[in-house]
Amino acid sequence: MFDAILPHLPILQVIVPLIAAPLAMMIWRPNAAWGFTLVVTWATFGLAILLLQQVLAQGVIIYELGDWPSPFGIVYQVDAVNAFVVLIISSIAALVTTYAREGILKEIQGRNQTLFYAVFLLCVSGLLGVTITGDAFNVFVFLEISSLSTYVMVALGAQRDKRALSSSISYLIMGTIGATFFVIGIGLLYMATGTLNMADLADRISNLGDSRMVRAAFAFIVVGLGLKLAVFPLHLWLPNAYTYAPSPVTAFLAATSTKVAVYTLMRFIFTVFGTRFAFQEATLMYLFMPLALVGMFIPSLVALYQVNIKRMLAYSSVAQIGYMLLGISLASVLSVSAATVHLFNHALMKAALFMALGAVVYRLGNASIHTLQGLGKQMPWTMAAFVGGGLSLIGVPLTVGFVSKWLLIQSAFEADMWWLALLIVLSSLIAVLYVWRVIEQAYLQPIPEGRAVKEAPLSLLIPMWVLVLANFYFGIDASLTTRVATQAAEGLLGMGGAP
Amino acid sequence: MSQHHLILRIISKILIPPILLYAFYVQFHGDFGPGGGFQAGVIFAVGIILYALVFGLEGAQKVAPPSVVQVFMAFGVLLYAGVGVATLLLGGNFLSYDVLHPDLAHHSGQHYGILAVELGVGITVASVMISLFYSFAGRNAEIDDEDW
Repeated sequence: MFDAILPHLPILQVIVPLIAAPLAMMIWRPNAAWGFTLVVTWATFGLAILLLQQVLAQGVIIYELGDWPSPFGIVYQVDAVNAFVVLIISSIAALVTTYAREGILKEIQGRNQTLFYAVFLLCVSGLLGVTITGDAFNVFVFLEISSLSTYVMVALGAQRDKRALSSSISYLIMGTIGATFFVIGIGLLYMATGTLNMADLADRISNLGDSRMVRAAFAFIVVGLGLKLAVFPLHLWLPNAYTYAPSPVTAFLAATSTKVAVYTLMRFIFTVFGTRFAFQEATLMYLFMPLALVGMFIPSLVALYQVNIKRMLAYSSVAQIGYMLLGISLASVLSVSAATVHLFNHALMKAALFMALGAVVYRLGNASIHTLQGLGKQMPWTMAAFVGGGLSLIGVPLTVGFVSKWLLIQSAFEADMWWLALLIVLSSLIAVLYVWRVIEQAYLQPIPEGRAVKEAPLSLLIPMWVLVLANFYFGIDASLTTRVATQAAEGLLGMGGAP
Repeated sequence: MSQHHLILRIISKILIPPILLYAFYVQFHGDFGPGGGFQAGVIFAVGIILYALVFGLEGAQKVAPPSVVQVFMAFGVLLYAGVGVATLLLGGNFLSYDVLHPDLAHHSGQHYGILAVELGVGITVASVMISLFYSFAGRNAEIDDEDW
């Protein structure tokens, strides 16, 4: 049985949640649908662990769909990078499902509850598909599956706050513009090379040399993905979508969807285009790096002034994307592995933080900073989890946040840009300020009169604390994550043919 | 309502059966000529939508109840993916139709595979079209200012 599924791991990874989605829709009882989703997401997580082990042991795995060989048919090509991102997505999906039941019962009504689980599974399968596929057009298809289901999930927040509808629409418009740009880029690439297979594309582009069409394709793809991953000036959809979505959805999106876009960007820049042409190199140096630096500071400063803490964390997510972009723009093995590690680490910290906030919303109905007054005494476990996640967000030693920043600072020194290291530390100081605002309200302010709240239920606390403890575990013993990330970075830069 | 638009009602009564039949033609002739699941699904849905436009939403929903449409929506996807899983279970790769009927000379496995997959596409597209129409046609009044 076990041996029989091993050769099919790449496709099972995508197909299990994809088949489960319509099944979940046909289960009419919310609790049964939740139980089903729980089994499916944990099974997907198990498959992801097996897949990562297989990749680390054997190297690149290629799976041909319908037995069509590589440049003609769609292939799934899994190396250390994909397998790592797949692991991030499926682990967060499993934990968020465990966490979601109570929140969904409260925040979504009636039939929409079961439909939510169907849409959630579709989203998981779309994100996994984007990550695992080796075909450029297939990336677009899966990107749209995940994006469309994300718009629906954001809109489901409308029962708690009607503004979810308008933020979902604006996300839809921005996301669709992004997808259009992306597919135009793919089309131009197809015109220039006549292939859609990523490995084949990389091959032909390097033979083709520098041409205006390839440059145009590069520009379209970078802008399109930039919209999806909310790079600083293209981030306007993100704060509203994260703020008004149901809490479990926010935790899931913050931890996975932008990560997948970052992965896709790395895949296209390093594997498909390669950095040996002057145009691509200049883009990294003169476009990505300034945007990354501005992105590290301005959204952090905006986060300082937010009243809604969910929105504050959303802005902080935009700032964190700046760090990943900085890692990409330096384009060395160390910096790309820093960016990859940060994908994982940021998923851990943001999921933990948004889950803690979700517990607050579950008990008190909103996540305004005034609501948090004195909550440290009334919901001690939830607020302690928030502090844990917050420390990690700042990058305090012994947390995962420190590991990614340390690697990033090292790669800045490696590139002889000590001032970058200074800026990274400075921007972390802003994170200290906005996390402190919450801690000050929760622990140093008195409990408002007449408010009696209980601690959040265990089903919320357990997944939250698993993530918080993971924040510390992978912060103390970073050997596993950095080893995988280094291998991933070598794969990315090696396949694209670094100079 | 039933007294008005006599010509419209008679003409659509005459047209709806051929429309539905044509949908099946496009569906099952898709591997030999132009057509296939998507187009067939749209044509089939048009039959139901035309009925709803002329005879009212309630009548159409008696023929195709929204809950049944939802189940079919999911069933089509399952059929498509199910073919893929069947090929997996028969020992091939995902969606490698050849294992369905290992007669390599005539590619009959490919033939059965694509037929089943296209049927899944047709069912899902038809149900999605119908339920899109239902949700627009059965929409409540505009949202009040106070709801915002």
